[in-house]
Amino acid sequence: MTIGLGHYLTVAAVLFTLGVFGIFLNRRNVIIILMSVELILLAVNINLIAFSAFLHDLAGQIFALLVLTVAAAEAAIGLAILVVFYRNRGSIAVEDINLMKG
Amino acid sequence: MILQPIFFYIFSIVTVASAFMVISSRNPVHSVLFLILAFFNAAGLFILLGAEFLAMILVVVYVGAVAVLFLFVVMMLDIDFGELRQGVLQYLPVGAVIGLILLVELVTVLGGVVISPEVSAGAAAPIPPLEQVSNIAAIGAVLYTRYLFFFQVSGLILLVAMIGAIVLTLRHRETVRRQSIANQVARNPASAVEVVQVKSGRGI
Repeated sequence: MTIGLGHYLTVAAVLFTLGVFGIFLNRRNVIIILMSVELILLAVNINLIAFSAFLHDLAGQIFALLVLTVAAAEAAIGLAILVVFYRNRGSIAVEDINLMKG
Repeated sequence: MILQPIFFYIFSIVTVASAFMVISSRNPVHSVLFLILAFFNAAGLFILLGAEFLAMILVVVYVGAVAVLFLFVVMMLDIDFGELRQGVLQYLPVGAVIGLILLVELVTVLGGVVISPEVSAGAAAPIPPLEQVSNIAAIGAVLYTRYLFFFQVSGLILLVAMIGAIVLTLRHRETVRRQSIANQVARNPASAVEVVQVKSGRGI
């Protein structure tokens, strides 16, 4: 019994689905939504590295590295915006974020 | 070779279970801790795939930086998370339906993946045999030559993110008195000292 590409892709698909499901489930809590986005990006990374390993191509791992970088930047900026928003409004509920609606 | 499937199933089951706990846990601190567990086990999956460098980067960057950042923010903000969780059951059915459809679609597509033999021959950057070149050396040899532009652009993105985060969260309070080094250096005896001639027998 060997572990093939399909096994890893299935794990990544389940992780991706859990991330999307988490965004639906916690629609009011921005922090959990950001964590769900991290889960989605992790699933993407597992896909990239699985293909990289089974195709014997390093480009997938380079790409996963870049995705990791962008994910870290995104988390930092997202949490900074969250802190500023909490300072101004005293709440992080998503339905309160409507200042730009006019 | 029996060890590889055993570890694959351990890592993947723990990853998926902790990912589920991330989105369903009541306490966001628990969510962050389960996120750390998920990242650790995903790093184990990366090692099984032969990507040791990325596994270590995942642990260092995600567990060491991103998850701790989440933990800081969760603990810093004084939020009633119980109030935020109201209405979860309202979104549960539509989320479950969409998630199920997405999962079925993904598994259907990915279940049919077959790699044709000639694809491997046209690799952009073939992985050298592990006995001769280690994973990190192979990545370095490709990253700093062929993908140098992307490497530098990602560094630029990180710089912009860092400056942006600092600019967003930095604030100067009016009530806090700060040390002004320029003013201190610019002081001279004429402006700082006043000589008072006091007559004897009287106060000032």
